[in-house]
Amino acid sequence: MRGLEFKGLQSVEGPIIILERRENVGYGELARIRDRSGVVKVGRILEVSDSAVAVQVFGPTTGLSTEETSVEFLGKSLELRVSVDMLGRIYDGLGRPIDGYPEPFSSEFRDINGIPINPSARAYPQDFIQTGVSSIDGMNTLIRGQKLPIFSGSGLPHNRLAAQIIRQARLKTEESFVMVFAAMGVKYDVARFFIQTFEESGVLSNVVMFLSLADAPSIERLITPRCALTAAEYLAYEKNMHVLVVLTDMTNYCEALREISSIRGEIPSRKGYPGYLYSDLASLYERAGKVKTSTGSITQIPILTMPNDDISHPIPDLTGYITEGQIVLERELFQKGIYPPVAGLPSLSRLMKDGIGPGMTREDHKDLASQLFAAYSRTKQVRNLAAIIGEEELSTLDKNYLTFGDRFEREFLSQSETENRSIEQTLDLGWKVLTHLPREELYRIKEDLIEKYLPKTPIGR
Amino acid sequence: MVEGRIIRINGPIIQADGLARAGLYDVVEAGNLGLVGEIIRMNGDVATIQIYEDNTGMKVGERVLSHGEPLSVLLGPGLIGRIYDGIQRPLDELFQRTGFGIAPGVKTQPLDMERKWFFKPFCKKGDKLERGKPLGIVQETDYLQHPIYLPPNRNEGTLAEVCPEGTYSLTEPVARMGDGTELFLCHSWPVRNPRPYRERLGMEEPLLTGQRVIDVFFPISKGGTAAIPGGFGTGKTMTQHAIAKWCDADIIVYIGCGERGNEMTDVLREFPEIHDPRTGRSIMERTILIANTSNMPVAAREVSIYTGVTLAEYYRDMGYNVAIMADSTSRWAEALRELSGRLEEMPAEEGFPAYLPTRLAEFYERGGRVTTLEGKKGSITIIGAVSPPGGDFSEPVTQHTKRFIRCFWALDRDLANARHYPAISWIDSYSEYGEELRGFWEKVNADWAATRTEAMELLKREQRLAQIVKLIGPDALPDTSRLVLLCADMIKNGFLQQSAFDPVDMYSVPEKQVIILRLIMDFYNRALRIIRAGAPLLKLRSLSVIERIVRMKSQIPNEKLELVQEVKSLLDRELGDLEKEYKV
Ligand SMILES: Nc1ncnc2c1ncn2[C@@H]1O[C@H](COP(=O)(O)OP(=O)(O)O)[C@@H](O)[C@H]1O
Ligand SMILES: [Mg+2]
Repeated sequence: MRGLEFKGLQSVEGPIIILERRENVGYGELARIRDRSGVVKVGRILEVSDSAVAVQVFGPTTGLSTEETSVEFLGKSLELRVSVDMLGRIYDGLGRPIDGYPEPFSSEFRDINGIPINPSARAYPQDFIQTGVSSIDGMNTLIRGQKLPIFSGSGLPHNRLAAQIIRQARLKTEESFVMVFAAMGVKYDVARFFIQTFEESGVLSNVVMFLSLADAPSIERLITPRCALTAAEYLAYEKNMHVLVVLTDMTNYCEALREISSIRGEIPSRKGYPGYLYSDLASLYERAGKVKTSTGSITQIPILTMPNDDISHPIPDLTGYITEGQIVLERELFQKGIYPPVAGLPSLSRLMKDGIGPGMTREDHKDLASQLFAAYSRTKQVRNLAAIIGEEELSTLDKNYLTFGDRFEREFLSQSETENRSIEQTLDLGWKVLTHLPREELYRIKEDLIEKYLPKTPIGR
Repeated sequence: MVEGRIIRINGPIIQADGLARAGLYDVVEAGNLGLVGEIIRMNGDVATIQIYEDNTGMKVGERVLSHGEPLSVLLGPGLIGRIYDGIQRPLDELFQRTGFGIAPGVKTQPLDMERKWFFKPFCKKGDKLERGKPLGIVQETDYLQHPIYLPPNRNEGTLAEVCPEGTYSLTEPVARMGDGTELFLCHSWPVRNPRPYRERLGMEEPLLTGQRVIDVFFPISKGGTAAIPGGFGTGKTMTQHAIAKWCDADIIVYIGCGERGNEMTDVLREFPEIHDPRTGRSIMERTILIANTSNMPVAAREVSIYTGVTLAEYYRDMGYNVAIMADSTSRWAEALRELSGRLEEMPAEEGFPAYLPTRLAEFYERGGRVTTLEGKKGSITIIGAVSPPGGDFSEPVTQHTKRFIRCFWALDRDLANARHYPAISWIDSYSEYGEELRGFWEKVNADWAATRTEAMELLKREQRLAQIVKLIGPDALPDTSRLVLLCADMIKNGFLQQSAFDPVDMYSVPEKQVIILRLIMDFYNRALRIIRAGAPLLKLRSLSVIERIVRMKSQIPNEKLELVQEVKSLLDRELGDLEKEYKV
């Protein structure tokens, strides 16, 4: 009951405490834990039985004694105080302001777990977002309301790419975004880098930040993205704003989840991650989208580093099964000096099909993108062959493919961090690199489009 | 009614005591909100219950009510076109009532109980109503007849009363049996019990999907079972959507099991706009959706598969051909694993419970083609997506599924990366229905079997050559082998690849499928003779007919197959010239 504190625990093990159940506590609800020096932490009820309660503590449990700790049950879930005045504010990983100002004035609270969106209440996302990055706009188009993660590796420029998207993302209608940024277990300099990006592009007052940095207790990371998405849902679905959410780094989040699961002695599935990792991630990613009752939207860009660059690792794998595509960064391109090193083939935007074409981007977009994918895939095969038999031995056609691949990487994929290309520029560039192939090779493109858009220059010009 | 008290809560698995008189698999109302749950284990007076709704806030001491009935669905007119969650709560109605989020504890009726249906009786007072004998009929949609039978779990007997032709709601009885039982236009049926039929039949009729690689190379029969395994983004969902849109089933039950919400929204948005080429009606008029998306309660995900199959059986029993798309059976297996873990059962492989294969077998066994109790022929085709972790087919769900299905449409990561869609591998896939369906296809085109075998052989040879090409390059091969590579490319680009977005290409009638493939093989056979007569490959490669053949799929609509003549004449002209030149 609120206001009533119970003293004494049965056991403490890592972030989980067990105490005797002495009143009606609700599963999943919030507890407040006070340690012997009076420091208060929050926790969530994991399991209740006739005699005992298990509580997961979102804070360090170092120094918790079984005798001198007291617990208060709050009779509700963890909630976030919401208001449009969240914009411009900085919170910690548990949703408490850390920028030195008081909480925004509001009596509105929202459960940070949200509620699952009814599929028949969703509005299908199909508005094109121009990020100004050719590899995204042209090949893996981002759509308003989409969840499109960046799969990266350590040392790859995922943060710079995310920052570029944040600076440049525009809708055709010129409507702008507000931003929600959640940092989980990242270093201070990464957070600093993003804050600077927001400052420089003059949007700081339109950003809500939740920072649970590397030095915060790892279990806090389980809460951080939920606070961020609760803020986003309030702004999008109740205040009709277009919200862009950046979550970094999801790998740290998943590791916290694994930690808890192993402490609880659950049967692991792959690599020690709990069997419910998929459902748990879905409970975050599925909070992106659009609903029919509001004009707002939530576009999610989760960032994750693939352990050992392995895309089949459970974290990227399960993420890819839930999100609507993925932008994969590739070390090989990065080492060639190509920025952004967006891998040509494994990247995908599943919502692209409905957001491009006449009236949205341009009539040639679908065919052009499909042709570029096909040609680049052929290039990769030719490169493998060239590595074995030598370039000189290749047929003329295969040599054309090598030139194409090279131009595609250096002219189309590659651009500077400040270069903001319009979709027309991107598509024109795509056509330009295709001139390195004979016309008969463009079998994925309709003839009238080739006629209209292919520059009339000879091959290799 | 039995009332118990909650003594333990561990996520969606709870325990309650005082339930000694409740039965295993009874459905319960749990907690103050009356959440729907199902008893999955009994031990003394303690029942272990899985809860189908979010139970945050549930407390020890709250009550649990059992009405002594198993978890059931309501069957009757009005199912078509609706979208339900895993326990048959209508999501469209929930949205109207509670807004965009799915709140726990909301009570709804699966069917519109007020709507009046026009009922035409076939029986009269004094008639004996036996199993499978239609009592009467309701017109469910403009083209769907919905016969009303004695529910298979009711006793046969003499009709004491039959209501006259007229309109009735689902709450009004339309007949009364001699023993006093009232019959309505709807009845409920426990989801875990298969519905009865008279006997199983062979499967000589194809389920035409309009997808060339499937229909020609890896065909499925009406009543057959198929799995589509593939890593993320390889096209499982797109393939299932394409089949749901274009296949020649009468009814589609689409089960979104633990997948994306937007994909269900996509169906809701797109299907009403698409017209069935056979009936001209919107395909939503033959579709029922079950949506238990990844963020919805996991226990209801487990049951959604059974809910879907039971609805399918209901329409099968009327003599319809039903096709089930289950996307994805892996998420269902994971739900089993999660619940099993919470029950602290001993896991078998990768944490999955040891009864996983049994459950998979039970599910796929509910498919099949049968003679119904009435004596009609009906079928359920089951097409299940499988999502193997890391795209590795050696994992338990893929492996066990393989034991119970007869069509395996393996999606290939490399094909998907090259945007070769559908990314169905012609090397790893198989169908065991080819022989059974030979009769059908030979009626479409006498050359079907020959063409199919020839083309498959060509592709196999190409695969072997590709190994060599990887090492020494294509130029080192003789021209006859390079012709194989050229023609295999024509098959891949002009036949196997099929865009779901191209208005002409997205669906091919069987005649068109065979025509395209036959033309490519004719090209190959004649070109081979020309090359053997001494012509260099270059002469053939530069023929304009190649591009024409490859573009036929999107340039020749299903209704204008006569346009093929133009391509054929071009082929005759161009190859004829070379044949003359090289005196073939
Ligand atoms: N037949 C097809 N035609 C065109 N594009 C396709 C086809 N199949 C798959 N795709 C593309 O692949 C993407 C991923 O397919 P999807 O079915 O969602 O994969 P999965 O369900 O296996 O994760 C789609 O968004 C689409 O862009
Ligand atoms: Mg899918």
